[in-house]
Amino acid sequence: MNAAFALSGIVAVAATVMMITRRSAVHALLYFVVSLLASAVIMFVLGAAFVAALEVIVYAGAIMVLFVFVIMLIGPESTPIPGRAWIGPSILGLVLLAELGWAIAQGALQGQPATEVGPKQVGMSLFGPYILGAEIAAFLLLAGLVGAFHLGRRRK
Amino acid sequence: MASVPFEYGLLLAGVLFALGMIGVIVRRNLLFILLCVEVMLNAAGLAFVVAGSRWGQPDGQVMFIFLLSMAAAEVAVGLALLLLHFGRKRTLDADQMKEGNAASAPGSAGREGA
Repeated sequence: MNAAFALSGIVAVAATVMMITRRSAVHALLYFVVSLLASAVIMFVLGAAFVAALEVIVYAGAIMVLFVFVIMLIGPESTPIPGRAWIGPSILGLVLLAELGWAIAQGALQGQPATEVGPKQVGMSLFGPYILGAEIAAFLLLAGLVGAFHLGRRRK
Repeated sequence: MASVPFEYGLLLAGVLFALGMIGVIVRRNLLFILLCVEVMLNAAGLAFVVAGSRWGQPDGQVMFIFLLSMAAAEVAVGLALLLLHFGRKRTLDADQMKEGNAASAPGSAGREGA
């Protein structure tokens, strides 16, 4: 699993470097999604499968969609996409895909690392000793919701 | 199954965090600054997961879930502020935020609006 870790680490760092050097925000978003996917692979390698799934669903799914919406709203300032903008993120994404195929071919998905921490343990911990933190997170999300609604309200 | 050395995971998280910090400092586009803050948060979460996996405890993943909810709230409010700023100034350049904007700061924007 060391090779998988090294490969996705390189992909994550390369995608992040490409992200902070892009001119167009859409290109940066593409690279950032690849970087998040690479981070999810690393978390999976480390035995944190539940959090890896959350990373893909919440980070690369929900939060990036918020950014895409904002880019659509402020559109004209960002430069138009030239035709070959998808090549770089696609190459990095294909590296991750090849890694997945390699892991499946080797049967590496069967044998988990020694320090695997499953979703059951995480849930028991989150709603056991950390229940206060979960409630505070709920308050935080409510505050974020109210704040975003207040700021985004249409004014007369 | 050989597991990943603890130090390499922390090193990767540190590199990602440093990259995000460089982005926050270097880029002057507000959208890019928010994106780089996301990179830093993600790197911190990765460090939590690495540490949790090192000792085989679920605490690291719990912290990552908290971090995830915090990132979601931060992005929602931050992007709403960004849209508000863009609606007023028609620019996303952070360097142009310093001029004469004290009266219409978001804290006191409740009464006059426009």
